[in-house]
Parts: sequence; structure tokens; C-alpha cells
Amino acid sequence: MPPLARRNLFHDKIRLAVTLTGITFAVVLVVVELGLFLGFSTTTSSLIDRSGADLWIASHRVPYIEQGAPFSERKLYQVRATPGVASAEKYIARFAGWKRPDGGHESVQVVGFNFADIADPKEAMGGPWNLASGSIADLNAPDAVLVDDLYWKKLGVTHVGEVFEINGYRARVVGTTHGIRSFTTSPYIFTTFKNAQDFTNLNEDQTVFILVRALPGVNVQQLRHDLQNRLHDVDVLTTSQFSGMTRSYWMFTTGAGVAVLLAALLGLVVGVVVVTQTIYATTMDHLREYGTLKAIGAPNGYVYRVILQQAGMSAVMGYALGISVSLFVVRGAEHGGAAILLPWQMAALIFGLTLLMCGVAAAVSINKVTHLDPAMVFRN
Amino acid sequence: MESAIRVRGVAKTYAEGATRVAALEGVDLDVYKGEVLLLMGPSGSGKTTLLSVMGCILRSSAGSVQVAGTEITGLTESQLPRVRLRHVGFVFQAFNLFPTLTAEENVEVALELKGIRGTRAHNESRRLLAQVHLADKCAAYPADLSGGQKQRVALARALAGDPEIILADEPTAALDSHTGRAVLELLCDLAHQHNRAVVIVTHDSRIVDLGDRLVRLEDGRISSVEHLGSALQAIPPREANPPSTFARL
Repeated sequence: MPPLARRNLFHDKIRLAVTLTGITFAVVLVVVELGLFLGFSTTTSSLIDRSGADLWIASHRVPYIEQGAPFSERKLYQVRATPGVASAEKYIARFAGWKRPDGGHESVQVVGFNFADIADPKEAMGGPWNLASGSIADLNAPDAVLVDDLYWKKLGVTHVGEVFEINGYRARVVGTTHGIRSFTTSPYIFTTFKNAQDFTNLNEDQTVFILVRALPGVNVQQLRHDLQNRLHDVDVLTTSQFSGMTRSYWMFTTGAGVAVLLAALLGLVVGVVVVTQTIYATTMDHLREYGTLKAIGAPNGYVYRVILQQAGMSAVMGYALGISVSLFVVRGAEHGGAAILLPWQMAALIFGLTLLMCGVAAAVSINKVTHLDPAMVFRN
Repeated sequence: MESAIRVRGVAKTYAEGATRVAALEGVDLDVYKGEVLLLMGPSGSGKTTLLSVMGCILRSSAGSVQVAGTEITGLTESQLPRVRLRHVGFVFQAFNLFPTLTAEENVEVALELKGIRGTRAHNESRRLLAQVHLADKCAAYPADLSGGQKQRVALARALAGDPEIILADEPTAALDSHTGRAVLELLCDLAHQHNRAVVIVTHDSRIVDLGDRLVRLEDGRISSVEHLGSALQAIPPREANPPSTFARL
């Protein structure tokens, strides 16, 4: 096929640059906003998703993980006695005050978990992941805590072994994790369950959650049902259920998620507007050619194909530029407080959105040429 | 002679605000294969409108139009382009070439529309350009061609798919007299040597000797039809046309 679409597209290089700038801007904005949404969403429920538990037992009507209320730890024994339960452990996730060396205070979320009875501490439910230095076994030392390196500066940590205060209790940094972000900006401080009770001013017979792992082959929903019948004044939730509730609260009830999604939509709208304008301007510039095509017998479909090819080529080039810039942005955000995630599925989705955006933009031009009178070629 | 286009009682009316303007009224005309028919008349007489109706670009408001044996007045909007594509080649006053395509590619567009693609289109476009004596300009862009050369590329494009009808709207208006006459002689050759029906809308009375019939239009009606049969004998055979005539274009 004669390269009419490609030649027309590249004929006006300045207009092409404007088109590609518009698409690139839209792609970067959509990637960043959707990536933030995904990052936020993942961050809000990371403690739950990474816990390794099948079920969470929480105080009645807990809307999200940060709102857990203490209840009697005696329920742990009822849980362990329930058929189908492989293991159950007490767990704390609760806010506390961290005292910086300069005297300032920061809010932190103390995460306390049990690994004493487990052969491999890494298999313990509710523990940290992505350890950058130290080990979970190091938490056996008195007052030991793990702090993520993203928050060292915020908390005033300069090296492993430093000693701080959490709610008046001594806390010693024995290792670091990497990339465990907290959506609430209060960093997670991993420690033993016992230490966490002290740091968060809980009584010895209190816990905030119980994590449950089912025996292999056990139906988790059935187990949830059985535990709910057995336990009173607490809610038994599957991990995915509790994760969804927490995400939903932070992303939609607070409006944070809606804000980023709206920004992503805005990026798309801007992209459509810019590309519509430039493709329409190009179409108007070449209107006589389209009229000639129709006059010599080209069906409307042929003319549409030329316009859509231009839109498609613009989409591919603009997407390539946009995703390249986005990769830099995503890379740069790796050490920041907010993660921007870009899984390949999202990249593919955004490519589809880019094609759609350019297709919609071409629709205005297609409408123009549909109503183009081929007799116009006889007029000078 | 076989009729390529048959027009009976054709009228074309345009609405301009509250008034209606009759561009054509009661036109009866046959265009035969192998003849050169000249359409002349003052501006606004309906020449281009009649050409557009014959070329299936405009629908008549009344009457009957047959193109290559097909009655087109009852055809839908999507069917008309197919008749145009199959039977009619157009040559425009302003050439209407695609500026971003080479001469060869301009012809290939028309061939592609007629289902001829790839190497076959490539070879056929070169053959057509050679037929109009532009074999050495296949890779040239319209901006690099003279007016006469552009019109010959347009002619090659009009010949794509071997249509039996060529409709030319003021094909020499943008050319000097010498170049214009050479293009017209080429059109005449297509009619006489290749049995095509050629209709030429023109203002130029100097080229009357090249036509077989002259139809004058006035106020949308045919005012006279002159047979210029002596011109048939006056046109020399194709082989006698010196190639240097086109080389100068």
C-alpha cells in the first residue's frame, strides 16, 4: 500500500512533534497516576497480603488494619483447638510514638509477631520481608526492632545498633528492611509480639489480631465459618477480605484513590484533546487529497484507514516515548515515600488506552471526511 | 459507435438559502466510446455539474444517467463510488496529486483502489507512466515536476485499471498553450487509439480542432452540438507523435 498515511504524518514535523508531545504527556500522567494508585493500594494492605495467613481475627467491626482494637488473647487457644487450623499466632499492628535523637517525635506503626515456636523464623506469619540487613532471629535480642531504610532519615536512624525510645520503652535497631512502605506515613517497626505489647501499652493478656493458617486441603471459607461460630465478639475475615476492606477504606473512603484516578482520567482527556486537534488540523491540510480519493472512487473505509493509520502510528510512537520517560520516573520513585508500580499488565493496558485515545481523536476527522463532498475537487 | 454515457432529461437543482438554482435543465446527451467530446460554455453554464453527474460524483435531481450500461440514478451513496472506480478516470484542473507520494505511488494509489497491489501495481504504474512518456520520473515528487508533467501523472492515474471513460475538467487551465495542447493530444490519442470515451470541459476555443464533437452549454441547457468530424482525420496516428514534444514538458 502506498505509504500515504506515513508520509502525511511525517510531512509536517512540527505538528507531529506537538502530537507526540501530547501523547507522551498523557501516557506519563496516566502511568504515574495509575502507578501511584496501584502503589498506594498495594501499600495500604501490604501487612495483610504479606502476612502468610489465611484468616485474620480482629475485634468486632474493624474497618481496616490500623483500627484494630485489643481483645483477650485467650481466644488464641479456642482458635488453635478448632479443627482445620494448622497454626495461629497473636499479632499487633498499632500506632506508637518514636522519639528521635533530636528530641522530636514521629508516629510509627509497631508490628509485633511471634516466631518463637517456629523452626524457620522466615516462615512465621506477620513477619517482615525484603530484609536488607540483619535477620528475623536478631529480633530475639532484647528491645530489638527492624526499621525500613526508606524511613531512616525520618526517624533519625544513622546505623544499625542505635537505640531509640518508643512510648518510653527502649528500642534498638538490629537490622533493616527495604521498600516496606506505609501508606499512613507512619513507618512500620517490626519487633516481637512481647516488645510490641510494651511499645503500644497493651496488657499482657491482650492482642490486636490473631493470624490463622489452615491445614492443607482445608476449605478456608468453611474454616472461617467454623471459627466465627466458635468465637464471640470478634470478626473472622479471610486475608483477601480484610485486604479489600483496608484498600477500599484508604483508597475510596478517604478519597485518596479517587483523586489519583481522576488525575489519570485528566491525563487521558488532555491527550485526547491534543491529539484530536493535531490530527484534525492534519486532516484539514490534506482535505483536498481525501476529496480526490473519494472522487476517484475510494470508499469511505479506505479514507478512514488512512486517518486511523496516522492515529495508530502516532499512538505507537507517543506511547514508546511516554513509557520510556515513565520508566525513569518509576525508577526515581523507588527510593521515595510513594511507590509507583508499573507491572507489565498495566503497561499493556495503557498501550490499549493510548490506541483508544488516538482512535477517539481520529473520530472527529473521520466525521469530517465522511461528509466531504467529492465534488469539491472541481473547485479551486 | 457504442454509447459509454447516456444522459436523458437530466436536471440538477441546488438550494441556496430560500431560492433554488437550476444548474442543469433537461439535458440529453450521449457520449460514445472512441470520441473526444468537448464541453464548453460561459462560467456557471453547468459544464462541471454535468461532468460531475456523468462521473457519478453528483446525483441528478431528475432524469436518467447510464454509465457503461449501468443506470446510476437509483444507486445508493455507497454504490456510486464503485461505478466511478470501475468505469471512470478523472483528470482535474489542479492536478490533485498527493504531494507526499512519488509519481509512481500516486498511480499505485489508484491501482490499489482497483484491487491491484504489490509488484503488479508497481509494474503497472511504471507502464502507465511510460505510456504518458514519464518513465524517467517515476521516483519524482509532484513538487519536482512541471505543470505538464504533473498533469501527465494525473492522466496516468486516471488510466489506472483501464477505465473506458475519461472525464477531464479544464485539464489545461494551469498550463501554457503549448504544454496544454500536448496534454490534450494525449487525451485524444487515448480516445481514438484505445477506444475510450473522453469528455473535456474547457474554456479554450483554440483546441476545438482536437475534438470530435463540441457541446455548448448555456444556463444549464445544451445550446448547440457541433460535429467536428474533420478533426478525426486531422489527428495524426500515435506513432507519428514525436517523443520530443513530451520531453519538452
